[in-house]
Amino acid sequence: MTELLVPILTMTALGFLFSSGLVLAYKKLRVEEDPKVEKISEALPQANCGACGFSGCRAFAEAVVKGNAEANGCPVGGEEVAQNVAAILGVEAGEIIKKVARVHCRGTHEAAQNRGVYIGISTCTASHLVGGTKQCSYGCMGYGDCVRACQFDAMEMGKDGLPIIREDRCTACGKCVDACPRNILELHPLSQNILVFCRSEDRGPIARKLCKNACIACGICVRACPDAIVLENNLAVITDYKKIDPEKIPAIEKCPTKSIGRLKEDNDG
Amino acid sequence: MELAAIFISAVLVQNFVLYYFLGICPFLGVSKKIDSAVSMGLAVTFVMSITAVVSWLINNLILIPYDLGYLQIVSFILVIASLVQLVEMFIRKISPPLYQALGIYLPLITTNCAIMGLALIAALNELGFVETVIFGFGSGIGFTLAIVLMAGIREQLDLSDVPEPLKGAGIALIVAGIMALAFNGFIGMLT
Repeated sequence: MTELLVPILTMTALGFLFSSGLVLAYKKLRVEEDPKVEKISEALPQANCGACGFSGCRAFAEAVVKGNAEANGCPVGGEEVAQNVAAILGVEAGEIIKKVARVHCRGTHEAAQNRGVYIGISTCTASHLVGGTKQCSYGCMGYGDCVRACQFDAMEMGKDGLPIIREDRCTACGKCVDACPRNILELHPLSQNILVFCRSEDRGPIARKLCKNACIACGICVRACPDAIVLENNLAVITDYKKIDPEKIPAIEKCPTKSIGRLKEDNDG
Repeated sequence: MELAAIFISAVLVQNFVLYYFLGICPFLGVSKKIDSAVSMGLAVTFVMSITAVVSWLINNLILIPYDLGYLQIVSFILVIASLVQLVEMFIRKISPPLYQALGIYLPLITTNCAIMGLALIAALNELGFVETVIFGFGSGIGFTLAIVLMAGIREQLDLSDVPEPLKGAGIALIVAGIMALAFNGFIGMLT
């Protein structure tokens, strides 16, 4: 009987000793943490992409609880996550406009003139340093830096040399926008259906010579809708898409190079 | 002189990572950045030093006199687990970023075989109290040395052209093997 009792008592005593030590230490070293942080952190997508402007989902959750960020600050989670976060905080979520990335270039292999053969590191950043593969120095080079930057599998490189964006998967995190050395990608509200598909600031005749689908700054679209479209640096720019009258869309679509207009289903994202 | 020999032996010759190949988990897991490797090394050194002392006390004052040698492993685990909890609370209090950086490897010190190995090897060799203290501290320093060297090499490796199939854990294990061979050269020091 003693043989059995001695080890049991010894271990119990040791365990008790250490646990009381830990309890004392815990009282001294306890870290107060708002339970909301944990809850909000769980409600977030855990992509840790940094699109909210914080270093990760956890940092965003802490910022929201401290009041340094809005409940709808997570662009990846969209409305659903914003509602959940707001519910945890006990505030209204505020409206979220779903955005997606769009490609502002229609310089396909077919439309754009090539400058020459590029042999080198096949990334856009590297190619851009030596002027790119196309004659147009504003257009997409098609090496897919944006596709590699996408964490959500929402992009792929199309056969025509332009990236394709899958609206349903795009979370508007903006990684592709940062990755593109030529600033061809931009985030737009999903509902915005009129876009300028060109970034070329070359003068009209040159732009047309280099790419069939380039904006030549003829001004047809500006005359159709002067409130919302202006010409800047030989390029049509939509200043406020909400002011575009739907009835005027056919007039805008008279664009001779089709560099402004509605999205097509095929490959403009 | 004897004590110095024990210290040098623990740091270089019978290094826990590179001679016994114990504690490989944090050695590979936390050796990506020198900063966190140093912190991990210090955390392990702290746990090792205290474990050596406490487990020596338990072993020589309780277990051996009452003929309870078979409780060695379970009581050492108790010591280690409690100490790791303590270290975890402490690090969380003083440095949340460090707590984040060490991540799961911090509580995993509990199951780090280097520390269990330390307690058992010290008991097996029947070291005296002062010898055990030196041995525990030296082993911790040895672990820190190994993991910091490894982190330095891996920071360089990130910039080098590693063959595709060897990237990540593969090249890390090869480096660990070469380091172990190099540390074998220290064996001549003690004879």
